[in-house]
Amino acid sequence: MAKRHDVYGTTDLPVLLPAAERLNRQAAAERVLGAPKLRLRAWHGLALAAVIVLWTSFVWAQADGAGNEQQESVISAIWRWLPVLLGGFVFNIAISFLSMGIGTVAGTLLGIMQISQVWPVRGSSWLVTQFFRNAPWLVLLFFCMFLLPFEFTVFGVTIPFPDWIKAVIGLALPVMANVSEIVRGAIQSIPSGQWEAAHSLAFSRWQILSQIILPQCVKRMLPPWMNLYAILTMATVLASVVGVGEVMTLTQRVLAAENRPEFLVPFYGFVMLLFFAYCYPIARTTQKLELRYAVKQ
Amino acid sequence: MPSSSNAAAARHADANWTPDQPIVAIRNVHKSFGDFEVLRGITFDVMKGDVICIIGASGSGKSTLLRCINALVPIDSGSIKVEGQEVHQPNLNTLALRKKVGMVFQQFNLFPHKTALQNIMMAPVQVLKQDKDAVRERARRLLAKVRLEGKEDAYPGELSGGQQQRVAIARSLAMNPDVMLFDEVTSALDPETVNEVLLTIRELAEEGMTCMLVTHEMGFAREVADHMYFTDRGIIVEHGPPQEFFANPKDERTKAFLGQIL
Repeated sequence: MAKRHDVYGTTDLPVLLPAAERLNRQAAAERVLGAPKLRLRAWHGLALAAVIVLWTSFVWAQADGAGNEQQESVISAIWRWLPVLLGGFVFNIAISFLSMGIGTVAGTLLGIMQISQVWPVRGSSWLVTQFFRNAPWLVLLFFCMFLLPFEFTVFGVTIPFPDWIKAVIGLALPVMANVSEIVRGAIQSIPSGQWEAAHSLAFSRWQILSQIILPQCVKRMLPPWMNLYAILTMATVLASVVGVGEVMTLTQRVLAAENRPEFLVPFYGFVMLLFFAYCYPIARTTQKLELRYAVKQ
Repeated sequence: MPSSSNAAAARHADANWTPDQPIVAIRNVHKSFGDFEVLRGITFDVMKGDVICIIGASGSGKSTLLRCINALVPIDSGSIKVEGQEVHQPNLNTLALRKKVGMVFQQFNLFPHKTALQNIMMAPVQVLKQDKDAVRERARRLLAKVRLEGKEDAYPGELSGGQQQRVAIARSLAMNPDVMLFDEVTSALDPETVNEVLLTIRELAEEGMTCMLVTHEMGFAREVADHMYFTDRGIIVEHGPPQEFFANPKDERTKAFLGQIL
């Protein structure tokens, strides 16, 4: 009997052979499965997470609620605490915005310093970048917490320095170092011909950077920058370790107040869902941008 | 100041230079990249209004020589003077030099985030601080001169190689240079677009622009050049007026090279 290769047919065009082979394999697998292969989309992840949350809460409620009388369901508990939790989450977003803003400005400067023609500037900015890029974020956060004073006194005026601002600075440091590398990499990825042409038109080095090189870098930097932002947003929960009242801290407090161990998994699952819903679209957009810019040089 | 009517002479700093002296004077120039000696003692003069063509095998130092003239590449020893300004001096005013010397590259090197018109306008507005409206007017005229009217708002990515190269020439001309350097400007072009670029350069040469071309277009070189130079391994092996140079090369290396190409 001849081999079964009949779903997509055979081809005698050599260029199509690898694709034909792959499609035939896929078709064979789908025949065995009896259904088309699943292709994961965004809503699959969301739905999956929601199912896990609901299912675990159901199981926990069943297991525990059997003995007790008339306990609140986990759904209504989450609903009741929703304003508090969302408020905490918004605080996380605020921290991520501020850290990203500070880190981007500082990191851009640091990245430009890394290609300076003056070697002390180049060397020191390289050192700073490498130091903060290779330090654990949590350790940096702790350092900021304990090294920065809780208030500053400038010209007799005392400025309070609350924990959350320290957390913003602590998170901005690794962001700065990463942005610095992104900027340096982008600048160095611009063909040297651009520099030569600009030099031959008598532009100064600073004019070349600001008018010709950096504008071309923006496109190249956008995907890694957004990627970094998504990572930073997820890292904002580290601030709970140092006592900032963000969503994780609040969830812990809520759970302590409720004193119902079976709520643990669904509540943390809900927090996970919040972050997923926020970060996943960013990740998808980043991928799309990368794809688009990969085609257009 | 020697003559107030000569804008070139009035612009540059060196009072001793007069237009009857060489506009570019190259003396015994040496340049090494690491252990590799690219230029091993190059000497020649270019007079105002001259069109000279430099030919030679790849790696013989032609492009490096052009880059030395506008200080994109610093030389190791020897001297280069452009309108009397000493390019080899450590205290060189690089920007003043580059305002006098335009350069066009093999890879066009247009700024991809700017339109054709913006590419041309950028340097005069930002470097020479000229009035923006006047520069725009001049840029439009330059685009028309290189036969690209209507392409003002096109980005480099939307233009063919030949069109990009003509924008690059216009961009260089917008600075009103006294010398134009052309570094293998047709080597990266499709054969059918080569001629439109050569035509533009020919018109420039006929208008009296001082041009230094590194080229592999022998037919073109023979037509436009006032003087031919053949380089081999960092030295000028032979030079002369094109008729004589092509018809009757004397050095064996020149003969071998021309034999391969023609």
